[in-house]
Amino acid sequence: MAVESDVMDAAGPYDRARALSAFKLGDVTFYWITRACAISVLLILGGIIISLIVGAWPAIREYGAAFLWTQRWAPSADPPVLGALGPIYGTLITSVIAMMIAIPVGLGIAIFLTEICPIWLRRPIGLAVELLAGIPSIIYGMWGFFVLGPFLANTFQPFMISVFDGVPVLGTIFAGPPSYLSLFNAALILAIMVLPFITSISVDVFKTVPPVLKEAAYGVGCTTWEVVRNVVIPYTRVGVIGGIMLALGRALGETMAVTFIIGNSFKIQSSIFAPGTTISAAIASEFAESDGLHQSGLILLGLLLFVLTFFVLAAARLMLMRLEKKAGN
Amino acid sequence: MNFLRTIVAAGLVAASTSAFAADITGAGATFPFPIYSKWADAYKKETGNGLNYQSIGSGAGIKQIQAKTVTFGATDAPLKHETLEKDGLVQWPMVMGAIVPVVNLEGIKPGELVLSGEVLGDIYLGKIKKWDDAAIAKLNPKLKLPGDAITVVRRSDGSGTTFNFTDYLSKSSADWKAKVGTGTAVEWPTGVGAKGNEGVAGNVGQTKNAIGYVEYAYAKQNKLTHAAMINKAGKTVQPTIESFQAAASNADWAKAPGYYVILTDQPGEASWPITAATFILMHKAATDKAASQEAIKFFKWSFEKGGKMAEELDYIPMPESVVKLIEKTWSAEIKS
Repeated sequence: MAVESDVMDAAGPYDRARALSAFKLGDVTFYWITRACAISVLLILGGIIISLIVGAWPAIREYGAAFLWTQRWAPSADPPVLGALGPIYGTLITSVIAMMIAIPVGLGIAIFLTEICPIWLRRPIGLAVELLAGIPSIIYGMWGFFVLGPFLANTFQPFMISVFDGVPVLGTIFAGPPSYLSLFNAALILAIMVLPFITSISVDVFKTVPPVLKEAAYGVGCTTWEVVRNVVIPYTRVGVIGGIMLALGRALGETMAVTFIIGNSFKIQSSIFAPGTTISAAIASEFAESDGLHQSGLILLGLLLFVLTFFVLAAARLMLMRLEKKAGN
Repeated sequence: MNFLRTIVAAGLVAASTSAFAADITGAGATFPFPIYSKWADAYKKETGNGLNYQSIGSGAGIKQIQAKTVTFGATDAPLKHETLEKDGLVQWPMVMGAIVPVVNLEGIKPGELVLSGEVLGDIYLGKIKKWDDAAIAKLNPKLKLPGDAITVVRRSDGSGTTFNFTDYLSKSSADWKAKVGTGTAVEWPTGVGAKGNEGVAGNVGQTKNAIGYVEYAYAKQNKLTHAAMINKAGKTVQPTIESFQAAASNADWAKAPGYYVILTDQPGEASWPITAATFILMHKAATDKAASQEAIKFFKWSFEKGGKMAEELDYIPMPESVVKLIEKTWSAEIKS
């Protein structure tokens, strides 16, 4: 021991300091590199916001806050009259319908996959869901236009229209004439597109439920439904909501598929079988051939979508924070 | 390194002997893309000189040529003379197309249904809602028209086709002019929007009792039922190459500065009323003179030898008289 410590002492202070400072240098470098990466996101985001505001400025000055509740969109009028109410309505309504379809179906698939599905069927279904996520959105758009649209217009919509004919409220929501290109068709395509987000994230978080919890519940005689309802869902609530919010973000911003199948009408109509438009579809459709105030108005629409998405995500964060607090107590 | 040096040397030699082929770049309207790329392909085979055309839309094409990032820009909606002067641009019509109303009506063959600009305007305004409306029946006393609602189909994306179609409606319907007007994207009073010519063609083809408007080529290739139109002279005309060219020949090009002529609703008994030219934009004094000259050579070649290729793709070549005017413009205005 003594000999060893002598050697250490002899080689001692200098090497040790060097090694330590090398470690420190590595640490500091790593710290700054990662920090720079993180800050660059803020810079990029800030840059996008600034350029959107600069581009949208002429429209902001011209229309002001009235842009938000004006329904008329007349780029060829002199001077152009532009209002965002139609696209805002379309964006929200298609996203809401899409989520109403995708949340139950997505959670259903996830529960089936983790709780009920025989092992041999798990892989094919899991793969199918992942494949849905891999299909490019333009393919969804084309499929919607050539296959889903005709089916809905010729079979599904006439059925719904006749079922709800004369029923108050529902009769105006499901009103004719049937159309290949409508808000509802776009929402359905969106639902299919966001399904994998909800499903695969739910599957992942469902897997994190400790088996011992479930086994205990089964042990006291719970049915599968009761286990899912009272053990799995409460345990994974935060993760599931995260997945749903990711899906909602996608639904709000999805462009290509929606552009194909929504029918591009800026008028708000009570029927969901009527054509409409979303913010992103309006931009995609009209940007290339636009100029001046019209183009500035489209950029302002983009800014609105940015703000809208920001609020949705912020609301989701807040909700998650509340839930976590509750769980903590 | 050796390899690199060879390339640089080869480039220098080519440049110094002025046999150097400047690659021409163009960008703009989507409508003429098929014919420009066909011409470019044939031109390359014949001369070895290439051309790269990006179909990014007329509006973007105008922006690109103003920013001098391309040798030429292409637009379906011509620029006004003042704008041309301000930017130092030359403009001329390169090739024509025609827009035809197409319908999906049971038992009605192509060319049987007759429409007028006024009736077409009222359909697109949503004032005429059913096919057996008195105004349509009056133009078609012999046809049995269904009593079903008309499904109006239009473009969802901003486009030159829409510009020319709405321009025609503005000229033939005072109501349309007052309420909607002319533009690449307008405030549509009714109807569903489909993406691109192919979207409108597909939607009309699939939907019973639908009406839409597409470039002639799309109507022909999709075997859609086109309508006949009543023109300015009050005659019923069918969409044919002859009636399209008649519209161009009857237009007064010589008196229009910068060839600012929109070919809709032109006079003449044989003229198809919704004809449209697509235009080329170039700088009078280009920064890259070699590319500019090369582009003019290409356009000259296209006028001389490209007519047949254009017709094969259902475009309409510019009439001889107009081509002569354009060649004069080149020698007068473009500095080499």
